[in-house]
Amino acid sequence: MSWVRTEMALAEPAPAGERGAYAWVRKNLVGSAGDVILTILGIAIVAWILPQVINWAFINAQWTGPDRTVCTTAAQGGIQPEGWTGACWAFVNAKFGQFMFGTYPVEERWRPILVAILFVALLVPMLIPRVPRKGLNAILLFVALPIVAFFLLLGGVFGLPVVETSRWGGLLVTLSLSFVGIAVSLPLGIMLALGRRSKMPIIKWLCIVFIETVRGIPLITVLFFASVMLPLFLPAGVTFDKYLRALIGVSLFAAAYMAEVVRGGLQAIPKGQYEGADSLGLGYWQKMSLIVLPQALKLVIPGIVNTFIGMFKDTSLVLIISMFDLLGVVKQNFADANWATPQTAKSGLIFAAFVFWLFCFGMSRYSMYTERRLDTGYKR
Amino acid sequence: MASQEILREEPSRGSFINDPRIRGLFFQTLVVILLFSSIWWIVHNVIENLQRLHIASGFQFLNSRAGFDISDTPIAYTSDATYGRALVVGLLNTIIVAVVGIVLATIIGFTVGIGRLSHNWLIRKICTVYVEIFRNIPPLLVIFFWYSGVLAVLPPPRESYHLPFGSFLNQRGFYFPRAVWGDGSWLIGAAFVLALAMAWFVARRARQRQMSTGQQFPVFWTSFGLIIGLPLLAFLLAGMPLTLDFPKQSTFNLTGGFWVKPEFLSLLLALSFYTAAFIAEIVRAGIRGVSKGQTEAAAALGLRSGPVLRLVVVPQAMRIVIPPLTSQYLNLTKNSSLAIAIGYPDLTATAGTVLNQTGQAVEGVFIMMIAYLVLSLVTSAVMNVVNARMALVER
Repeated sequence: MSWVRTEMALAEPAPAGERGAYAWVRKNLVGSAGDVILTILGIAIVAWILPQVINWAFINAQWTGPDRTVCTTAAQGGIQPEGWTGACWAFVNAKFGQFMFGTYPVEERWRPILVAILFVALLVPMLIPRVPRKGLNAILLFVALPIVAFFLLLGGVFGLPVVETSRWGGLLVTLSLSFVGIAVSLPLGIMLALGRRSKMPIIKWLCIVFIETVRGIPLITVLFFASVMLPLFLPAGVTFDKYLRALIGVSLFAAAYMAEVVRGGLQAIPKGQYEGADSLGLGYWQKMSLIVLPQALKLVIPGIVNTFIGMFKDTSLVLIISMFDLLGVVKQNFADANWATPQTAKSGLIFAAFVFWLFCFGMSRYSMYTERRLDTGYKR
Repeated sequence: MASQEILREEPSRGSFINDPRIRGLFFQTLVVILLFSSIWWIVHNVIENLQRLHIASGFQFLNSRAGFDISDTPIAYTSDATYGRALVVGLLNTIIVAVVGIVLATIIGFTVGIGRLSHNWLIRKICTVYVEIFRNIPPLLVIFFWYSGVLAVLPPPRESYHLPFGSFLNQRGFYFPRAVWGDGSWLIGAAFVLALAMAWFVARRARQRQMSTGQQFPVFWTSFGLIIGLPLLAFLLAGMPLTLDFPKQSTFNLTGGFWVKPEFLSLLLALSFYTAAFIAEIVRAGIRGVSKGQTEAAAALGLRSGPVLRLVVVPQAMRIVIPPLTSQYLNLTKNSSLAIAIGYPDLTATAGTVLNQTGQAVEGVFIMMIAYLVLSLVTSAVMNVVNARMALVER
């Protein structure tokens, strides 16, 4: 005599003690004695920091105002009560144009804005996987846009007045430096990585020496090199734009790091792929561009984006060779006597930090998304 | 027979243009010619430019008088000292900030990294927020934040914050008591060295005994007792030759004690907070890289959670952690060159001043590059030794 159940039993709901807010709190906050201590510690940290931050950044903050009086206490010559501390967003508000464009002439600022609009219009379809015609899009973004932007920003053609690069500044410099740096360093890095794995000893050793030297020294030294040594390297009378020198320094630096990332990808491709390409009769460049690189680059997308993020952050160092990127302009404006308050530096820096953070965080999130999307073969 | 002969025959290559060896030779010759001609061109230009600017090349300038002051000097230095000595001071400052920064960043990074894997939701989130904030802003901005945002707006010396242990914090920096060692304090040092040697010996014997008999010996507590106890005993025997020099508040400034300048403090805090965010991610990846089966197997063998971590998880995680950790240490050392932005006299800052005063751009940049390359190589060498000790020993 036996009884066999014919239909599957329905899943029972989890026991009451394992469900709901109570179980969640028990599991995640007060699981053991140590956990309770940690939770109390955590609450203490949050309770100590968060109200201060909110008070400073929002509740006590001054959003608009003509000059330093709105951000200083009565004793310091302002209108605020004694003991007041809060963010001086009025400073950021007043200097916003400078933070974005530096000393780019106000009546010409439509030009960088137009470039920014073009950039966004080309970048957004590039980033959405479903939009077709990626090839055309890439050519427009990485070839046509830099040329258009160059003439539009610098001027001197079509009746546009010339704006020297010494007048560029702020986010304009940060973004243009890092965009060109990205567009130059990726192909250069790929070439260096291929060179490092080349069978020709001289090319291989040249690449190794270049990569290891650049990776061993700080970016500031590279920038010093670019700003002090390059003029010495050229014949007398030939001068180089300072912006261009910084661009060369940043691109060379990023290319060396990029080369190591790409090399990691190249090494991860099984030998059979190289041999398969050889047996099909493909030449070196066909083998690399059709078989090896598409697989290798896909593997190292996180590394490539990390290098981009690193480079984006590193563009802030150009202020050391007295160029004014976003951070440089913010720092330059601390010296403005009209806005000299104890809160100015903190407010300006936190605004700059927020802008940098937004771009870097966006890039890292997009790379995580791409990684998941392209994750077709290697993970089970 | 016939088939073998066919195989031995030189395959027809068509034209020699398609021979990879000849192509390789051709391209390499081309590269060498291009390289040497551009080097010749650059050297030619440099010599011409230097002659035009009346700058003598060579390293003789290192022996001439520097004539500028340096605010932080670990070794004796005045403006009458030579350029060479100024550069050495800069190099020492770089090493000091790098070493202290590495220690601090490692402590914060490991704490936050382990925190990100905590069972506790709140701790996990706090650590995530920390990592996501500091990873995504430039280190230079963090330095400025500490320097002009936090330390510069502290109260003046007269209204200094009083901190525990007689230390003070104000806009001129951080002051804490300095230990002044009296007579007979060499005894304490000797006792410390002796304790270290004894602890090493105990650990060795305990290991041998465990290997042969299986009996364990409380190595950690014995060494702890030795290293703390022996110097303490020596301290008492020598008649407590230690006095503390407390910083004292006078009208305009603080006197006495040990003074940490705000430049050093903000550089140190910024570098270690920034690098710690990356180290935390490395530590997290390392611990997660140890498969769960290892922990479960260790638990099945009857190990408690402490020994599971110490004997099974951490040694395996360290193998994953050390190589990227090395490159973070190198990054921190290289990022210490950002000191120039706030005027802490590290190698880059002093070399920059020397370079501006003498106009010896080629030599100055060359010295900088060599110094950082050597620092990088030394750090990598040390970490490679550590890595070799940690690496999997295979039969």
